[in-house]
Amino acid sequence: MPSEPVITPSTLSLKDLPWVLDWDKSTCTLCGRCTAVCPVSAIELGVFRKRELSVSVGLKNKPGQSVTVYQGIRQRTDPAYRCIGCGMCNMVCPNNAIQPTSHPEATTLKFHNNRGGQPRTRGGRRNATGSLLDQIKFIRISMLTDPALDAGRHEFELRTLLGRILPPEEGMAAFAQGRWTPPVREIYPLMIGGMSFGALSPNMWEGLQMGVAYLNEELNMPVRMCTGEGGCPPRLLRSRFIKYVILQIASGYFGWDEIIHAIPQMKEDPCAVEIKYGQGAKPGDGGLLMWHKVNKLIAAIRGVPPGVSLPSPPTHQTKYSIEEAVAKMIQSMSMAWGFRVPVYPKISGTTSAGAVLNNLVRNPFAAGLAIDGEDGGTGAAYAVSMDHMGHPIASNLRDCYLSLVEQGRQNEIPLIAGGGIGKNGNLAANAASLIMLGASAVQVGKYIMQSAAGCVGSEIDRCNVCNIGVCPKGITSQDPRVYRRLDPEKVAERLVDTFVAFDVELRKIVAPLGRSTSLPIGMSDALGISDYHAAERLKIKYVV
Amino acid sequence: MCRLFALTSQEPVSPMLAVNALNVMKEGHDGSGVGLFMSGLGGPFGQMPDCPILSGIFTDKGLRLLDEYAMSKGFLAKHTVAITPKNDPPAGTPRRGTYLARAYEPSAQWKDLPRDKREAALVQARLDLRHMGADNEDVKVFSFWPDTVMIKEVGDPVTVAEYLGLDREEFFAKRILAQGRQNTNYAINLYACHPFFIQGISTMTNGENTAFVPIREYLLSRGVIGYEGYQSDSEVFTHILHFTLNRLGLGIEAYKHVITPLADQELESHPDRAFLSNIKNVCRKLTIDGPNCVIGCTPDGSMFMVQDRKKLRPGVVGGRPGIFAFSSEICGLNEAIPERDRSKDFQPMYLDTAIVGPDCREVKICRQSQSLLRPH
Repeated sequence: MPSEPVITPSTLSLKDLPWVLDWDKSTCTLCGRCTAVCPVSAIELGVFRKRELSVSVGLKNKPGQSVTVYQGIRQRTDPAYRCIGCGMCNMVCPNNAIQPTSHPEATTLKFHNNRGGQPRTRGGRRNATGSLLDQIKFIRISMLTDPALDAGRHEFELRTLLGRILPPEEGMAAFAQGRWTPPVREIYPLMIGGMSFGALSPNMWEGLQMGVAYLNEELNMPVRMCTGEGGCPPRLLRSRFIKYVILQIASGYFGWDEIIHAIPQMKEDPCAVEIKYGQGAKPGDGGLLMWHKVNKLIAAIRGVPPGVSLPSPPTHQTKYSIEEAVAKMIQSMSMAWGFRVPVYPKISGTTSAGAVLNNLVRNPFAAGLAIDGEDGGTGAAYAVSMDHMGHPIASNLRDCYLSLVEQGRQNEIPLIAGGGIGKNGNLAANAASLIMLGASAVQVGKYIMQSAAGCVGSEIDRCNVCNIGVCPKGITSQDPRVYRRLDPEKVAERLVDTFVAFDVELRKIVAPLGRSTSLPIGMSDALGISDYHAAERLKIKYVV
Repeated sequence: MCRLFALTSQEPVSPMLAVNALNVMKEGHDGSGVGLFMSGLGGPFGQMPDCPILSGIFTDKGLRLLDEYAMSKGFLAKHTVAITPKNDPPAGTPRRGTYLARAYEPSAQWKDLPRDKREAALVQARLDLRHMGADNEDVKVFSFWPDTVMIKEVGDPVTVAEYLGLDREEFFAKRILAQGRQNTNYAINLYACHPFFIQGISTMTNGENTAFVPIREYLLSRGVIGYEGYQSDSEVFTHILHFTLNRLGLGIEAYKHVITPLADQELESHPDRAFLSNIKNVCRKLTIDGPNCVIGCTPDGSMFMVQDRKKLRPGVVGGRPGIFAFSSEICGLNEAIPERDRSKDFQPMYLDTAIVGPDCREVKICRQSQSLLRPH
């Protein structure tokens, strides 16, 4: 630092940063691992000069001074290199000599996140810690005539249906007459939401696919995983494992050439096709894979040149509205697989979700509706979209479900809810709440990254660099130097752990409610909340 | 937990037989209610099998309202059993007025209607009367159907039966469903007493229906006349049976496949896999989660018992050709039909439907794992 530093409007001090590194000089061995691992180069090796005065007692000797030099770690305050709090430095430090600490009162950086006139983009979730789902309690415990079931030993049949379900009379008649009936899949109610091959690293993707295959084939849990937009590796498309996969298509159509070309060689039908209209974390904003992550492999699968940003526009001429999609996309996608594969759209939680749903109800080929609430995660979006746009999932889903109940069409169009489920770690409780509010299934993405791969992102703006390909855990990076940190086998193992544990917890919730043979979809009498207005809004019991 | 007892006989028998059977199972009900369904009536009602019989409880004002209503529809009273107890009601039983079972000679206009219209008109008439009494409790109606009498009251079964003098010839019946109630989920309400009735179909249940709210919402949205009320969580079982028989055109053997479908693994090797998977999918909203024992009677006079999937409620069927009984405890069966081959008593398990046909000759057991006979 010069002796008279220039102080400009964007000069920040450590005090201004949301994450500040505590570095302990006395235990640091100067091994350099922290600086090597830091994904954003927030720390550098520094040389410090220290001047010490020595003043002796009395007037005989004049005061003296000595100057020493020592090496250490220096945190950068340039907004481009600010510490993101990922904690990788601590993870690699042999002596715990360094760790980031959160400064919640430091907001100054927010005013300097727009250098070059570019507003901040980031990955992750909404950075809001509260969750309405966490406030919901299950209050209808069977105590009177029906003692609670034994969650550990009783047999459970907790499966859900994906696909349009005909009304009983119509379904029976169609069967008797041998008419076409919409394809229906019986699946596990917790799905892995769309995270594309491109957004995730190859190791992460491989790990998830292996875990899903294990769950299906060894543990008899029909778990399904959505690809996200961005295609599918050609070998997977032509393998029998494709039946565990939901293929996603969005307005960028990335990877769809590959999929269409593979249809004649497919051994199995995919589980379903999801048409993405919106994502809860950035409603109305399209998809975005930034250039950092478009390496040769991704470029090849997506059929684009490497090193360019790949935005999916929020609209596309062939599917610029749900009405159009109802007429065209759903039908043509169904047709591609001989009407044997359920096709459904995914939208952001929004006040217009009800209108979308009503359109789907009248379309005999629509197989469901996935709604993604504002707490959903994303690989890349403008911070303003993530933090300030979107609709919470609970009330949006409830409105849609009750609208179906009014029409007597509940579960004919299965509702799949997503967006912030388990964001505070309460996956099973959040999922069960949404199921009892009316969801046929729930989907999670971020939670899976956190549990299966150890994503360090949190709801207080920790990490959130999924967009620029420097993911310190190697989950969302396309750089082999980074993603080789992640062992796909371990990801698969953790994924299986997550689902098996979820299953136990779900049983621990539904067994006391006296449910074991059917998923408690719409069992709203089981729910209570201590927020009066939330209770009124969700039409559940108000309990204090 | 409630206690259930049902009886099917070739000859009409006194309802007291069923009430006494409930009495030996007294430990299982708290006397918070009793309900009786009787069909295949003997006595004078047996002579008029085509005349719809109205069963209910009426105040004096209620009786006037009833007469006005019947007149407006062109129904003429043909035979009436009116019980207006003079003595004090037993403890816990309110004084209500007149317990009425009245057979009507229907109007010629009604007789000319096609069968489904006639049946719908009877259901509508029952609902109209029930709605008339909804506010001021002058009218309470339990059934309006040919060859059917229903009585419900709050109190201990035997005490109520003696108070009302039910041991009379008019109530002798070939088929009787009786329940001693243990009030559980909701307020003590006369309409919450089992058995429940719709269009010739009656069932009663013990236990708790934990899937009540979604099923109720589903049934309410089917647009079927008569799918309403639901003062008890178990009333939906009757309507699911009605839906199975009347809307889906399936037999009683399929009822269990609707309320407790087989698991996927069991379906894999089932001879009717495709058909049953289809039922499982389209009727998924009607899957119950128990634990319940359901006993019921269909319009053709068959009587049946099924268990939910958990099989946490007991039930036993036994008897001899000519008379069979369904009971939630063996002591009830012993009381009603002591002379029977006890080795042939059958306790249905989670896959079984036990059926005694209208001829009352044998107990037929349908297992869900067997091939399902269905109408062509």
